[in-house]
Amino acid sequence: MTIYDSIDEVKDELLKCMKCGNCMEVCPVYLETRKEGSVARGKIRLIDAVLKGDLEYTEGLEERLGLCLTCMACVEKCPCGVKVDKIIFGARAAIVKNRGLHPVKKAIFSVIKRPKLFNLGMKAGSMFQGLAFKKHVSITGAYPRFPFGLDRRRIIPPLAAKPLRNQLPEVIKVPNPVKKAAFFTGCSMNFLYDDAGKDLVNVLKKNNVEVTIPKDQHCCGMPILAHGDAETALEMAKSHIDIFSKLDVEHIITPCGSCGTTFQHHYVEMLKDDPAYADRAVKVAEKIIDISDYIVKVIGIDESKLGTLNMKVTYHDPCHLNRGMGVKDSPRAILKKIPGLTFVEMKNADRCCGSAGSFSLTHYDLSMDIHKNKSKAIKDTGADAVVTGCGACIMQLADGMNRFNMLLPMYHTIQILAKSYEAKDKEKHS
Amino acid sequence: MNKNVINELVSLLGKENVLTDKEDKINYSYDATADMPSREPDVIVTPSKKEEIVSLVKLASKHKIPLVTRGSGTNLSGGTIPVDGGIVLSMLKFDKILEVDPANLTATVEPGLVIQRLNEAVATHGLIYPPDPGTVTTATMGGSVSECSGGLRGLKYGVTKDYVMGLEIVMPDGEVIRTGGKTVKNVSGYDLTKLFTGAEGTLGIITEIIVKLIPAPKFRRSMLAVFDNLDKAGKTIADIISNKVIPATLEIMDNVTIRTVENYSKIGLPVEAEAVLVIEVDGMIEAVVLNEFETVKSICSGNGATSVKLAESDADRDAIFAARRAALPALAQVKPTTVLEDATVPRSRIPEMLKALREIAVKYNLQIGTFGHAGDGNLHPTILTDESNKEEMERVHQAVDEIFKVAISLGGTLSGEHGIGMAKSKYMELQFGSAGLNVMKKIKDALDPDNIMNPGKMFWRG
Repeated sequence: MTIYDSIDEVKDELLKCMKCGNCMEVCPVYLETRKEGSVARGKIRLIDAVLKGDLEYTEGLEERLGLCLTCMACVEKCPCGVKVDKIIFGARAAIVKNRGLHPVKKAIFSVIKRPKLFNLGMKAGSMFQGLAFKKHVSITGAYPRFPFGLDRRRIIPPLAAKPLRNQLPEVIKVPNPVKKAAFFTGCSMNFLYDDAGKDLVNVLKKNNVEVTIPKDQHCCGMPILAHGDAETALEMAKSHIDIFSKLDVEHIITPCGSCGTTFQHHYVEMLKDDPAYADRAVKVAEKIIDISDYIVKVIGIDESKLGTLNMKVTYHDPCHLNRGMGVKDSPRAILKKIPGLTFVEMKNADRCCGSAGSFSLTHYDLSMDIHKNKSKAIKDTGADAVVTGCGACIMQLADGMNRFNMLLPMYHTIQILAKSYEAKDKEKHS
Repeated sequence: MNKNVINELVSLLGKENVLTDKEDKINYSYDATADMPSREPDVIVTPSKKEEIVSLVKLASKHKIPLVTRGSGTNLSGGTIPVDGGIVLSMLKFDKILEVDPANLTATVEPGLVIQRLNEAVATHGLIYPPDPGTVTTATMGGSVSECSGGLRGLKYGVTKDYVMGLEIVMPDGEVIRTGGKTVKNVSGYDLTKLFTGAEGTLGIITEIIVKLIPAPKFRRSMLAVFDNLDKAGKTIADIISNKVIPATLEIMDNVTIRTVENYSKIGLPVEAEAVLVIEVDGMIEAVVLNEFETVKSICSGNGATSVKLAESDADRDAIFAARRAALPALAQVKPTTVLEDATVPRSRIPEMLKALREIAVKYNLQIGTFGHAGDGNLHPTILTDESNKEEMERVHQAVDEIFKVAISLGGTLSGEHGIGMAKSKYMELQFGSAGLNVMKKIKDALDPDNIMNPGKMFWRG
């Protein structure tokens, strides 16, 4: 039995909560709303009421459980070790089962589930985005001209003219490879930040890593799982286990903490009772590694490849990369090794930026209220660029900083490393 | 509750500040206290102006509706459970620091402010607000003043009541009064500031607080001393004080706690030890601090400490304090329910109290870990149990009865810092006798004749 089959499976986690309220210190949503129903302790109490028969699966419950970024800050803080994210995911799945999935979400998820259709849809989107989104002066964004369920004020990045996976061969060979790795691109690098995806592949090539990018991979399913559509997410999980477990690679690299967390933790939980998948899911999970961890811990930073970058940067910890996968030192280690680069730590670097994937679409104002603390922290560092390790965070940071008139460029950690490599090449040739 | 009252509240505060959803009622039916009945309020209100509170109190008074004032709901005495239903008044929108006054060493704050925010604001002036409850990063100033919370620095720096200089209060009839002020000396009239500090919201609603600040100590040294015998640890505590050293922190953990913490966080604590003491001395002059540190060290060794670990760096200090801070979380993970008491005895009686607690654990066949603020006699016997086990809970309640009896017989008190609330009201007569308790009741009846302010707290109703 998994938490997605039955909400009863979260009972043990509920029991662990002693209602101390320590979660109130760190919950980004609670710090804005300061209402008991928006903090972990309160949500746990509501789910407990449902299990005890004191509360139905009400709209009010759905609303309150929607007020969670799944940033896991409370999980890290909790003195009793309550896995709040597990409770939220299980409860949201139960809500979908009892109340059904919102029709718009249902339509979107059914498209995301089918990789080919999703690919086509995003490609079409890229052709039409000139119409849909009015251009904006900011570096990477455009205001949506039509409100496609998005807030009109929101800027989103232009879609890649051609998705990353269509731009690259399935296997990128190198002479005498030292390692073999698969690359799970995730949606953001495939459809939005294809340049960062190419940088990632180039960095691996320069380190003699043979990279396989399975063509039939698709969305990891996190956005779907987060909204409680466990059935769809399960199909996606199985498909990915099939795709990745047959590859002859030592590691599977992810550029996004949410995708990585999904492979590392959620697939294992979802498939634990399925004899055809359970073992393979664990094996795949063991191979999953974030790109910055891969650079630092598997191949090592080769300082002879690094050229000078005269930049002052700060780093934002994506929630799922930091608390989901436990990666916070490696990105900093990379940045600190780059000659000429000044690294400044921002206040509360590990506080959620407010994006939480689609949370920023469904709760735009609250998301921006949460975000304003992040923009301020960035501003206070005096940095001239922001680095992070997640596409959704880059999107949110771009939109948020745009609102606060801070036009700083944003990079994925791997892009900074790629830039440093390029700088070295130029140094050699000049 | 009458629908008209809800309508009146809505017209007074606006719809968004009057919560009546079933979910909200569930969310304001409890606080951080274990083993307490919960009760849903009829309505929760979230005003943001003082005038609104005055009108609200007048409304509650007119209709005789219970009014339970709430900050973050982190108290450990059932103090904010709306046991008679009625209105829960959330003060969280009153969260401003109105003034920091370095010349008078005071700060004036609103009650919904989280304590830590005050610490951050005064740190830039080189000042501190010493009361340091475990919930400093979540609890509000209003809640902390109403419960008179203590913390790890009580021995040297005192507790909340030692820092509250003045209050503004909305009385149960809607009148607004001010008590105390910014002057160090102030003997005009009855000391109402002290009366309302620790009144647990039963006498009025605090709307403004003036607190005393002190210069931040510049130097500190910490150590962890291990003992194979409780009496040796107890004698060490007594000897430190009689040698005229007042440590900022003097904490104790018993064997059950040590084992649990070690099992939980693997930090190298000696699991065979009967007690460990965490000691920190601090001050403005380094030589004095070092001198005190040496004195404490030799007292520990002289009393047969099996080892004394000195903090040589900030990292060492953090490790020592992490062990102490892990006590409650570690104990809480053992069983589903954690009943945390705060019976307090004169510090010279600590070894006796610890032994009595051990006997009680054996007698009722319960797991009790004890840790706490040895320097000020404030112990936290923590019973690890399971609320769903009725038979065991019966034994827990008997053990709790006995813990309080022992504490009182040793010249102690029911509560060092958590307050009485619902959790300990039935023991009040044990400590004060009927005459003493009657004085308190008369005060309550005189100020709140309709008993609308946080009813069901402090006074036992059977």
